Amino acid sequence: MMAREYETVIGLEVHVELATKSKIFCGCSTEFGGAPNTHTCPVCTGMPGSLPVLNKQVVEYAMAMGFSTHCQINQNCKFDRKNYFYPDNPQNYQISQFYLPICYDGWIEIETKEGRKKIRIHEMHMEEDSGKLLHNEWEDFSLVDYNRSGVPLMEIVSEPDMRSSEEVINYLDRLRMLAQYLGVSDCKLQEGSMRVDVNLSVREKKRKIFGTRTEMKNLNSFKAIARAIAGERERQIDLLERGRQVVQETRRWDDMKEYSYAMRFKEDTKDYRYFPDPDLPSVMISDEWMESIRASLPELQPEKQARYERDFRLPTYDAAIITASKHLADLFEQTVALGGNPKKVSNWLMVETLRLLKKHGEEPEQIRFSPEHLAKLITVAEQGSVNNRIAKEVFEKMYEEDVDPEVYVKEHELTSVHDASVLKEVVKQVLENNFKVVEEYRNGKAKVFCFLVGQVMKEMQGKANPTMVGELLRKMI
Amino acid sequence: MDLMTLTAVQLSSKIKAGEIKVMDAVDAALAVIKEREKEINAFITVDETGAMHRAREVQRLIDIGELSSPLVGVPIAVKDNICTKGLKTTCASKILYDFVPTYNAEAVANLEKAGMIIIGKTNMDEFAMGNTTETSYFGVTRNPRNVGHVPGGSSGGSCAAVAANEVPCALGSDTGGSIRQPSSFCGVTGMKPTYGTVSRYGLIAYASSLDQIGPVGKDVTDCAALLQVIASYDSKDSTSVRLKDYDFMSALKNNCAGMKIGIPCEYFGERLNPEVKEKIWVVVELLRENGAKVEEFDLGMLEYVIPAYYVIASAEASSNLQRFDGVKYGYRTKDDMGVHDMYKSSRSEGFGSEVKRRIMLGSFVLSSGYYDAYYLKALRTKALIKKAFDIAFAKYDLILSPVAATTAPKLGESLSDPLQMYLGDIYTVSVNLSGLPGITIPCGIDSAKLPVGIQMIGNCFSEKTLLQAAYTYECIRNVEGKGRT
Repeated sequence: MMAREYETVIGLEVHVELATKSKIFCGCSTEFGGAPNTHTCPVCTGMPGSLPVLNKQVVEYAMAMGFSTHCQINQNCKFDRKNYFYPDNPQNYQISQFYLPICYDGWIEIETKEGRKKIRIHEMHMEEDSGKLLHNEWEDFSLVDYNRSGVPLMEIVSEPDMRSSEEVINYLDRLRMLAQYLGVSDCKLQEGSMRVDVNLSVREKKRKIFGTRTEMKNLNSFKAIARAIAGERERQIDLLERGRQVVQETRRWDDMKEYSYAMRFKEDTKDYRYFPDPDLPSVMISDEWMESIRASLPELQPEKQARYERDFRLPTYDAAIITASKHLADLFEQTVALGGNPKKVSNWLMVETLRLLKKHGEEPEQIRFSPEHLAKLITVAEQGSVNNRIAKEVFEKMYEEDVDPEVYVKEHELTSVHDASVLKEVVKQVLENNFKVVEEYRNGKAKVFCFLVGQVMKEMQGKANPTMVGELLRKMI
Repeated sequence: MDLMTLTAVQLSSKIKAGEIKVMDAVDAALAVIKEREKEINAFITVDETGAMHRAREVQRLIDIGELSSPLVGVPIAVKDNICTKGLKTTCASKILYDFVPTYNAEAVANLEKAGMIIIGKTNMDEFAMGNTTETSYFGVTRNPRNVGHVPGGSSGGSCAAVAANEVPCALGSDTGGSIRQPSSFCGVTGMKPTYGTVSRYGLIAYASSLDQIGPVGKDVTDCAALLQVIASYDSKDSTSVRLKDYDFMSALKNNCAGMKIGIPCEYFGERLNPEVKEKIWVVVELLRENGAKVEEFDLGMLEYVIPAYYVIASAEASSNLQRFDGVKYGYRTKDDMGVHDMYKSSRSEGFGSEVKRRIMLGSFVLSSGYYDAYYLKALRTKALIKKAFDIAFAKYDLILSPVAATTAPKLGESLSDPLQMYLGDIYTVSVNLSGLPGITIPCGIDSAKLPVGIQMIGNCFSEKTLLQAAYTYECIRNVEGKGRT
């Protein structure tokens, strides 16, 4: 029983892995995987005497994100060292931005039940990722892999402007869409290219002052984030209701147990002793550089959706769904460019493609079929050489193996039979075999007509044009 | 003929002329090292096999005409905080006692390109923290001029090796005077180039914003030649600067007529030993007699240079030295324990007391609540010191000053009072805080027969002016016989 009404206050710290080819401070590859410590050099393994050199692309990606979220750009920004000891951090300091982050004071607009809402962005800064520790519990030792060490990250810190998990998911969706549209990150939570820490507090409704917040880590999916928010809200309210206090701490969410645990820290207070990294001069961002990045920003989702409605005459609903994924939108435009009817292309993507993606638990990025093959399939179906059911069957094959629909239809003899004489024979046979049903139809039971069509199709192994079959049946009954 | 009394440029000329082979030069160096090392201890590592192997290779390249630079074939010693691929690089610390770099520092790569032969790695104060070379894990280096005295530091090994004729020249590093002060104490010529002139890639950092690699030689010509070899723009070092002109040897002209020289009055106050002062005034007079316009002026800020330097250098050092943790390389404690205790024990056992003192000092000034009061204030002071030099260099071509208040102290006299030891850097640290080039040239010996040096300071990237002035003084000194060491 809850005596008081509570409001949840949420701010997010989102780490996004930037999709540069090389690391932020050295030339090593950022490619995922690879045998341990093969994408490394003296710089990203913290060898004595090595020095960092900034990857310009990282700054450009950060600026692009900043412009797209209405941020101010710090034209004289700096890197700072965050000092702490941990074996996955080879220098025992992380190069990050503390005093002068590249972007600050921006916002992202989200849709809520109450309408549109601005979520303010406090700052965005560039930093390096750490390596990975592999613990061998049985033999009691740990190994470290520095392949990820030095992969560029952007940390996006929001203001505590969100009030529900729906708003959080919506914000993350917008952020992810932005990053994907800009091509700065693929933002995959499961693979860790997008990491979300949730800062959450509760307060009695109408209170002005925020409650004590906790920070939650280890959130590997949107669903886990929603569950964690619900769980932590409940835990904090429960504490307050029992007259206890929320402790400011970092908690680790266990999605299996649906509970968070306080993380242990050796030191009571963390003092990272931030100071400007003397190895890296200030990043001076000229007006010209800024303008060139601004000018090269790609079309973002809202503009794309508007264009689809305007130029391709797609319904708003279609345009919104297709443009929600940059990948799907690209596929749409490529297929239309090959001559596909926009509405038909949109239908294939919205209905069949999304159904199969969901069925296989895949993301639009994993789509294998080419726009060429989708365009061909649409042509084949339009010309009526295969019927709808067969087209869907072919599409499924295309989805799985990217087969050429023309070749596939030919090889599997799936072309609809248009030869009236062949069909006539079959219809005649069906009518004879089902004379009782035909009687029923003649007596006014219209429903059974479908059964007769079905029987013909069955005989034809589906390779008949249903309209033609209907016409023939009516004529011959 | 004793090859090792020749300067580097002279030695290389003989090699190029075919009078001697590179192997002869290396043999000669190794022979002196064998004879003097027991007493001097200038080296941590002597790479006899590697040097001989390399000598044969370089000789072959000279023979087929592929190498002909001014210092080709010359044996050189490298301070042990500069990474040499495959050759132990310890920073004179227990924590790196067995560390073998997987790559060459850019300066070392440049030495190899020029056909120089690395004989070995020289002793130093641990992590270049100190000015006596007494804080080394590998024992003290003794001053070849008087083995009861320190060679200065932190590049004491490099300067002693040159002074003892073990090598004709060496590389040192200078963060607060670490080339110039031991050069003065050992009676050799040493130069700290403008920050950004020599790549720091591969120099194991003490204080990144102040560190600079530089040459140590028998005379100004050798310094110019060696600087020409090691100076380069390096894209691997973000603080590296591309120069328009790398031809430092063309600055070796015997002419100081019309040169405007400033003498900062406060550098000649009570602290300065009268004998040292007297030797420096001889230089001032000689330059004046030869046409330089010398003037005394107030530079100011002298009382702030030591605190500013030690705050900034220690702060950077506390962070730079965090990577030495027993995880990846170097010393790890023998005790079997969890990772955080392993860090603590490895570092407690691996670092010496002066290094620990500076790590603690640096951690303190960077900690939250103290950052503004100490670190930020030190950065502001640094900017003011630089401004004072800017004003001075608007008037003068160069500044002349002592290097150190005294000549080399006796072994064991300095470490007991760290604050006094820090004050020993008072004439040299502002050059690093301002990124300026500075050179030490020997200018006499005191009554205890210990060398005295003079420091010339130039504006940023005015190495050629500095070298010309130094060369001119050297010529006058050699003719006049005054200030000979």
